[in-house]
Amino acid sequence: MRERAKPRVAVFKMASCDGCQLQLLDAEEALLELAGAIDIVNFAEASSHIEPGPYDVTLVEGSVSTPELEEQVKQIRDQSRVLITIGACATSGGVQALRNLADTEAFVRTVYPTPAYVKTLERSHPISDFVKVDYELTGCPIDRGELLGALSALLAGSAPRLSTSPVCVECKRRGYVCVVVARGEPCLGPVTRTGCGALCPAFGRGCYGCFGPSQPPNTEALAKRFIALGLTPKQAADKFRFITGWAPAFREAADRLERGPRSAKEGATP
Amino acid sequence: MRFLDHQGFERLLATLADDGYELVGPTVRDGAIVLDRIEGADDLPRGVGEEQGPGSYRLTSRGDGRYFAWAHGPDSAKRFLFPARELLARMRREGGAFAVETAPDERPIAFVGLRSCDLHAVAVQDRVFMHADPGYRRRREAAVFVGVDCAEPGATCFCASMGTGPRCTEGFDVALTELEGGFVVQAATPTGEALLARIETREATEAEVEAVAETERTAVAAMGRQMDEWDMPALLYRNRLHPRWKEVASRCLACGNCTSVCPTCFCHDIVDGVSLSGDVATRTREWASCFSEEYSWAAGAVVRASRESRYRQWLTHKFASWIDQFGTSGCVGCGRCITWCPVGIDVTEEVAAIRATDGEVEVVTS
Ligand code: SF4
Ligand code: SF4
Ligand code: SF4
Ligand code: SF4
Repeated sequence: MRERAKPRVAVFKMASCDGCQLQLLDAEEALLELAGAIDIVNFAEASSHIEPGPYDVTLVEGSVSTPELEEQVKQIRDQSRVLITIGACATSGGVQALRNLADTEAFVRTVYPTPAYVKTLERSHPISDFVKVDYELTGCPIDRGELLGALSALLAGSAPRLSTSPVCVECKRRGYVCVVVARGEPCLGPVTRTGCGALCPAFGRGCYGCFGPSQPPNTEALAKRFIALGLTPKQAADKFRFITGWAPAFREAADRLERGPRSAKEGATP
Repeated sequence: MRFLDHQGFERLLATLADDGYELVGPTVRDGAIVLDRIEGADDLPRGVGEEQGPGSYRLTSRGDGRYFAWAHGPDSAKRFLFPARELLARMRREGGAFAVETAPDERPIAFVGLRSCDLHAVAVQDRVFMHADPGYRRRREAAVFVGVDCAEPGATCFCASMGTGPRCTEGFDVALTELEGGFVVQAATPTGEALLARIETREATEAEVEAVAETERTAVAAMGRQMDEWDMPALLYRNRLHPRWKEVASRCLACGNCTSVCPTCFCHDIVDGVSLSGDVATRTREWASCFSEEYSWAAGAVVRASRESRYRQWLTHKFASWIDQFGTSGCVGCGRCITWCPVGIDVTEEVAAIRATDGEVEVVTS
C-alpha cells in the first residue's frame, strides 16, 4: 500500500513483573498487523535477536530501584527518539514503592544473608525521576487497547490520546451501576485516570487506583466519603497507598489521612 | 380513558415486539433498576421498590405485584437515543481512494415505562440534536414511547416544581397509570391509538379515572425535593462570583457522574482512531463531561482549570444559560444527579444556598 520505513521499536524492563510487556505479546490478532507496521529490534522477553540502538520508539516497563537501573535508563533515553514508560511501576514506582515508606537498609539486613552484595537505591522511582519521558501509559497492567492506540497514533504521525478524565466517566459510558452509591463500597474511580475500561466496577468492585491519579483529583473529598462509609482514616489511607501509592497525589492523600483526624477533616481547596 | 389488565399489558409489549421493535425497559441489574433491552413483561422489576437519597440508592422488596412502584434508576432514554459511544464513520483505504462504511440499520426502539421527567428530557435533547444529528433523528423518529405516571417518586425527585411531572402529559404515544390489577391507559398519537386498537381494553370506571388523579396528588405530595426557578437565568448570572462555588468545589470530585446520569446533558467528544497499518480510520463520538479538565482544552490551554469553574459551568448551564440557548431549562427535575453523585451533592440545595445569599458579592458587568 503505502511506502513507509518501519520504525525500530525496543522494549526494556527495569524492576517489574513483565505483565505490561505481556500485553504486547498477548495482542493476538493485532500481532500480525503490528509485525507488519514496526520492527521490534530489541525485546528480550520475545526474542534473543537483539539489535543495538538508536530506536525510534522505546517502551520501558518497571521502576528504577538500583544504581545499575538508573545508569541503564539514562542510556536507553540517549538511544531513543520517543520514550514511552508503561505501567504503574514505570510511571509511579509501582507496588514495590511501598518500601519507600520504610527503612530500606533494615529490609536488606533482614532479608539477605550477605547484605553487602545488595546494591539498591533508597527508593523505588518512576522513570521520570531520572529522564525525560514523552508519554506515560499507566495501569497495572497497562491496557492493551491504549498501548496499540498509542502506537497506531505515533505511526500515523499524531500524538497518542491519553485521557486524564476519571474512571467514572468510562464507568458511566458503559452503564455500570456505581458501587459507591448502590452498595456503599469505597471506589477510587473518581480520582483515578481512565484507560482500563472501568474494569473493577464492571465486576462490582471498587477501583483500586491502578491507573494512578486522574486530572488534579479531589482526594480530600473522596477520603471524607470513605470515612463516612465506615473506613478508619488508616484504612482510607491504605486505599490510596496501594498499586500507585507513590504517585504524588495519592501519597499526599494518604499522608494527610495519617497525620490524624483533625487535618483529615480540614476543608479542601479547589 | 381505557383500562388494561395485566394480560393486556403483556399483549401490548408482545405486539410491539412482533411489530419489530426492540423493547427497552426497566430491569434489575447489579442492585439497581437500569434501562436495558427486555424480552417482555417478565423482565420488568415487579414487586421491586427503591430508596433514594443524596449519594445513595438501594433496592427494596415490596412484596406486591406492582411493576412500576419506584421512580427511576441511573439510566434514561439518553443512553439509547444518544449512545455513550457511537461509531460515526469507518474509512478503509482501497486502492487510491477511501471507502466509507456506514453503520448497519438498527431496529426501532419501543421505550417501555419512561417517566414524565424522562419524556420531557427527550424533548429537551430534541432541541439539541434533531436539526443537526442524523443518527439521533433516525432513532428518535422511529421510536415509540410508552410512558408511566409516577406513583412513588424518589426522595431526590423534584419534577413537580419543574413542571415536568409526575403525571405523563406529553411526549408519549401511550401512557399508563398503574392501579390495582392493571393500568388506566390513554393514547396521544395515531401510533398509540393504532396500538391500543389491537389490544383488548375496556372503558375505565369512574373510580379508576378518579384513581388516576389521586395517584398524581399523592405523588406530588410525596415529592422529596423542590427547585425554586424564580428569576432564572438572572439569579445565577449575577452570582457568578458567589463564595458558594468555592465551597461546593471543595466537596465535588469532578467525577462527571452527575452529567452522565443527567437525561439532558449532551456534551461529547469526537475521537479519531487509526489502525496500526494505517489503512483503516474510525471516527467515534463518546459522552464527555464538563467536569473533565481536558474537556475545556481549547486553543492550546485548559479554559476551566479549577473545579470551582467547572461546577459553576454545570449548574449555570443547566439552570440558566440553557434557557438562553434552547428556550427551556436544562433540568427536568429527575434528581438523578443528586442520587448518583458519589458524595451526594444536591443541585436544589446549591441553588437554594446561592439564592439565600443572593447579592452577597456585587458583580460589575462589563
Ligand atoms: S463505581 Fe467507581 S468508577 Fe464507577 S461511577 Fe462509581 S465511583 Fe465512579
Ligand atoms: S478500575 Fe481501577 S484498579 Fe481496576 S483496572 Fe481500572 S484503574 Fe485499575
Ligand atoms: S440536572 Fe439533575 S435533576 Fe435536573 S435533569 Fe439533570 S440529572 Fe435530573
Ligand atoms: S457534583 Fe457530584 S457527581 Fe457531579 S462531578 Fe461533582 S462529585 Fe461528581
